Amino acid sequence: MSGTPVVKAVNLVKVYQTGGLPVPAVRGVDLTVRAGEFVAITGPSGSGKSTLIHMLGGLDTRTSGEIWLDGKRADTLSESGWALLRRRKVGFVFQFFNLVANMTVADNVELPALLGGASPRQARERREYLLGELGLADRAGAAPARLSGGEQQRVALARALANQPTLLLADEPTGNLDSRNTRDVLRLLGRVHGQGQTIVLVTHDARAASMADRVVSLLDGQIVDDGAIGSARRRPGGTAGDVVELRG
Amino acid sequence: MRQPLLALLAKEPAHGYELKQALEAIFGSAYPSPNIGQIYVTLGRLEKDGYVRSVDVEQSNRPNKKVYYITAAGREALESWVDEPTEGPRVRDEFFMKLVLAPMTGLADRMALVNRQRRHYLSLMRDLRELAERTDPGNRVALLLIEGAMLHLQADLDWLERCQEDLP
Repeated sequence: MSGTPVVKAVNLVKVYQTGGLPVPAVRGVDLTVRAGEFVAITGPSGSGKSTLIHMLGGLDTRTSGEIWLDGKRADTLSESGWALLRRRKVGFVFQFFNLVANMTVADNVELPALLGGASPRQARERREYLLGELGLADRAGAAPARLSGGEQQRVALARALANQPTLLLADEPTGNLDSRNTRDVLRLLGRVHGQGQTIVLVTHDARAASMADRVVSLLDGQIVDDGAIGSARRRPGGTAGDVVELRG
Repeated sequence: MRQPLLALLAKEPAHGYELKQALEAIFGSAYPSPNIGQIYVTLGRLEKDGYVRSVDVEQSNRPNKKVYYITAAGREALESWVDEPTEGPRVRDEFFMKLVLAPMTGLADRMALVNRQRRHYLSLMRDLRELAERTDPGNRVALLLIEGAMLHLQADLDWLERCQEDLP
């Protein structure tokens, strides 16, 4: 069923009520993401990008419109219905890693797999594989607080991938990381994308956005641009070297 | 081009092609490779100003090659270059001119200009990322140059966003 979009949003609207005043955050977004796509969502703060990705993962309710995940209508689900769907199909990574503080790194990663119905052995094997891939095998027994920010974010990514989700949603995953850790997390996103992982990434970081095949730009809750980003090298008058102009 | 060549010659005498190779090796592939003709023209000017001198070195089976070395005056010029604070980057953005002026003429729509420019910046960012991946991890100078270019691009993108929000 490669023809079924992983995500389909139809005329999606979110209006917050603050002090009796309606504040529209997302104003009629149509978005389709196909299997294997890596889509970056950018836009100024307040443009609705975080609200949008939260709605796509069922962490925030929509005011109107439709959300379809993997061919199934999702916006009409109850909170527990969403929770079930997320366990099976959606991995989430946030800016602040949101690891469970009083559980080890290993348990943090295994928990979603166990909740998703994996056997303890399957959950352990998946965890060992993911932490190994992320260079964190020797940190399995540690408490999250013992880890650096970059390591915690890699653990959060491992947790998000524990269930082999159909869709990985990432909300500013590099927003709290320094340059080196940003590079490591991006390299990892690139690797799982290379293995076919569908990714929707909300980011303000141009380095992160440039990992994607396609960039969706939001302004005032609406999509103002949606298209592929290619390589500048093929265009005249714009190569990487042209960005650098050392004077002297 | 003048001061970097003087700096390299302050390290050791060299001929034109060696200077080109040294610049490429130090700054890596993000640095637009200097044109050899331009290097010789600059060396000629430096020689005229008394900052460098050259000696002909005989080579068997080949024309003589000119080896350049720095003079006391050249060393002084180099010292004052090093001692001066360097100008910061100036905003002289051709795109901003387009963005402000083109819609006045009815030639283009501001949103379309911003969107096209954003895609272009992001594709440059992608090229820089790929360049960084291909660069020898031991070459810190080259990697820092690429990182500097990335940070400038990020600033350009942030500015683009501000333009999109605030221009009517």
